[in-house]
Amino acid sequence: MALYEHVFIARPDISPAQVESLTEELRTLVEEKGGKVGKTEYWGLRNLAYRVQKHRKGHYGLIDIDAPADLVSELERRQRLSDDVIRHMTIKVDAHTEEQSAILSKKDDRRRREQRR
Amino acid sequence: MSDLNISNIPARRPFQRRRKVCPFSGEHAPAIDYKDPKLLQRYMSEKGKIVPARITAVSAKKQRELARAIKRSRQMAILPYAVD
Repeated sequence: MALYEHVFIARPDISPAQVESLTEELRTLVEEKGGKVGKTEYWGLRNLAYRVQKHRKGHYGLIDIDAPADLVSELERRQRLSDDVIRHMTIKVDAHTEEQSAILSKKDDRRRREQRR
Repeated sequence: MSDLNISNIPARRPFQRRRKVCPFSGEHAPAIDYKDPKLLQRYMSEKGKIVPARITAVSAKKQRELARAIKRSRQMAILPYAVD
């Protein structure tokens, strides 16, 4: 099995709770088919850098997965069919981190800059 | 005729630019991640283009990693393809 990171953008007109349930659906799918799920994140409703299917904002979700390749293609297939997901991406990673993604830690930026001095 | 003596002319070196080192090498170097728009944005022009490594002094290996991260970020609408 390999480690993957799956990020998706959901339509802005659904509620954050619905995004959480979307993430949970993915989790059950992966776990049913014998994969493992690591950290999941909800990045909130973010402004998109450009319009995606006429939307200017979107809910971002991230899920860390340890799964065989055929499970990933099934997951991708589901995401393509989902009406709530306007964009998604799965990438293979070498390692999963337990820490929060950099996108979530805004204050962290200053600390990191000081660290480099 | 005045003879021009080359040895009298001072070596023209008004300023010596210090060789910059790759910001992603060495300890405490930040990890290149497509989920970190603030970091990636520093290596993009105002127009949203990726700045060449010869200007930012990023090593070739890290520049490839950086370009990949920026492109992934663009795909997920975290960073723009173009700013007008």
